[in-house]
Amino acid sequence: MKKMKSNLPKNRKANTRFKLFADLKNGWQLYAMALPAMILLFLFAYMPMGGLVIAFKKYNFRQGIWGSDWMDPLFKNFEILFKSNAMAMNAIKNTLFLNTLFIIVGTIFALVLALAFNELTNKHLKKVTQSLSFLPYFISTVVVGIFVSGLLSYENGTLNKLITSFGGEKVAFYMNASYWPLILLIVNVWKGAGYSSVIYLATLSGIDGSYYEAAQIDGATRWQQIWNISLPLLRPTVVVMTLLAVGRIMNADFGLFYNVTNDVPMLHSTTDVLDTYIFRALRQTGDIAISSATGFFQSVVSFILVIICNGLARRYEKDSALF
Amino acid sequence: MNNRKFTLGKFLVTFFVVGFSLICLYPFLMVVGGSLTTDAEAAAYGFSLIPKEPTLAAYKVLFSNRTMILNGYKVTLIVTVMGTIFSVLINSMMGYVLSRKNLRFRRFINFYVLLTMLFNGGLVPWYIVCTRYLLLKNNIWALIIPSLVSAWYIFLVRNYFSSIPDEMWESAKLDGAGEFTIFHRIYLALAKPVIATITLFAALGFWNDWWLGLMLVENSKLQPLQMLLRTIVANIQFLQTMGSKSAEAQALLASVPSDGVKMAMVIITTGPIILLYPFLQRYFIKGIMVGAVKG
Repeated sequence: MKKMKSNLPKNRKANTRFKLFADLKNGWQLYAMALPAMILLFLFAYMPMGGLVIAFKKYNFRQGIWGSDWMDPLFKNFEILFKSNAMAMNAIKNTLFLNTLFIIVGTIFALVLALAFNELTNKHLKKVTQSLSFLPYFISTVVVGIFVSGLLSYENGTLNKLITSFGGEKVAFYMNASYWPLILLIVNVWKGAGYSSVIYLATLSGIDGSYYEAAQIDGATRWQQIWNISLPLLRPTVVVMTLLAVGRIMNADFGLFYNVTNDVPMLHSTTDVLDTYIFRALRQTGDIAISSATGFFQSVVSFILVIICNGLARRYEKDSALF
Repeated sequence: MNNRKFTLGKFLVTFFVVGFSLICLYPFLMVVGGSLTTDAEAAAYGFSLIPKEPTLAAYKVLFSNRTMILNGYKVTLIVTVMGTIFSVLINSMMGYVLSRKNLRFRRFINFYVLLTMLFNGGLVPWYIVCTRYLLLKNNIWALIIPSLVSAWYIFLVRNYFSSIPDEMWESAKLDGAGEFTIFHRIYLALAKPVIATITLFAALGFWNDWWLGLMLVENSKLQPLQMLLRTIVANIQFLQTMGSKSAEAQALLASVPSDGVKMAMVIITTGPIILLYPFLQRYFIKGIMVGAVKG
């Protein structure tokens, strides 16, 4: 008895070692298949994560990220960022404001669009309109920028031609920052509504038809059916999609803000977001200290938000959370 | 039933849907019309969908710069083809590995992939890692390698593979097939819809990419099409705003139908996508639905 007992841990150890060996022997092909993706993730995701320390360093190209000296005091870059940087504060404010606007209006519009698609009885019409609504999703933001300038440019823009033909005054859209939250909102909804509506449409098509039949027998109008059946059943999807979007609220769509506004400095007061701000600080002014501190702030706040929102999503709808 | 009420509702729904899809289509038609419009007509009436005096002047200007454009096409084609092939291979292999339940380190690898979706180092460290440590600056690899792996594609494939019954794997294993053989002979063939989806998404991503070109490439010989488009827009804007004083710039600007050139360039860079769109869009809709299930 005693002997057996004392042997037990040893046995188990040997057993694990054997298992590990067997696993590598049988599974080496699997590990080899995982290797390329793991290496690439290490290089392009994990190394930059480690590189976040740069926000606490006095970056020097020759010494690199990890070799450079620590900042003294350690939080100096952040002090500069939070104490005397109106531009960075403006970028944070714009990021939060515009993304909130995009989430609210984008979700409502995509929902309405999905419900409308669902009401169409003509199959061909449904197919054609859905394909068209999807079209903007397929083009780069560079092209979207040219679309927008074709509509809004001062000289030949379609909208300005329309205004003058009604006897109005031309509007210099690219010189007036106050128009741009609305313009960007419209562009963002235009580009993404078709795509988002597909997700809601998928949920709608999964609703059991007998609900509607029962409602019809009870004399419910189509509108009442939407209000009392479709919308409540869509709610989990909406909540989860919104939570996941809120988790990404600190990250702006760089292409939208950089290409669609043509990066005109005059518009920065309403269109400059964290991503464009960091980009400019890094590539145009070459200010590694400020750009890395802002980036660190963005990464950390994003991570916290993602974890919180994902937790909420999981609590609300167990299967739909990211993890 | 109360059909009358419904005709109005139905009309409004149809009006809304058709209206929105026309708004989605309009800029594309505007660009086609605009690329064929003379500068004088654009100045007088704006860009009409059907120009009164269609001209190919803008395309001629671009044709005279054809070495630049052909080079852009070459770069974009190389990047798209190589990027798509490697991306699909690498991500689907990883998806397969994560779908094998008997793998010892599966949970760890799964977390290793997932964490990259939740947390990232941001632009500055990424840029320094790419340029200083990996020497991805001003070469064609800089346009391909950084965006090869996507946690989203990996999980899409993993979920699909997980739904394939294990007996499939077991019987192949009994026949003596190795993991890689099982993966590419059996699983890839069974997972055609999801492979088609990630292939299309990857190809579209590489074709439309300007980000890597903006960040990591300065050499004009390596500019992909989207970047070329950006450069042309920026140059014309530069002439319009900054160069307005010099007579030379004025003359240059007068000789080039500036808006027309931009729009013609849009046609040249986006044309292939639009032409393929009718054939590909159903895969995308399917793919999003697959992806909507769970990341």
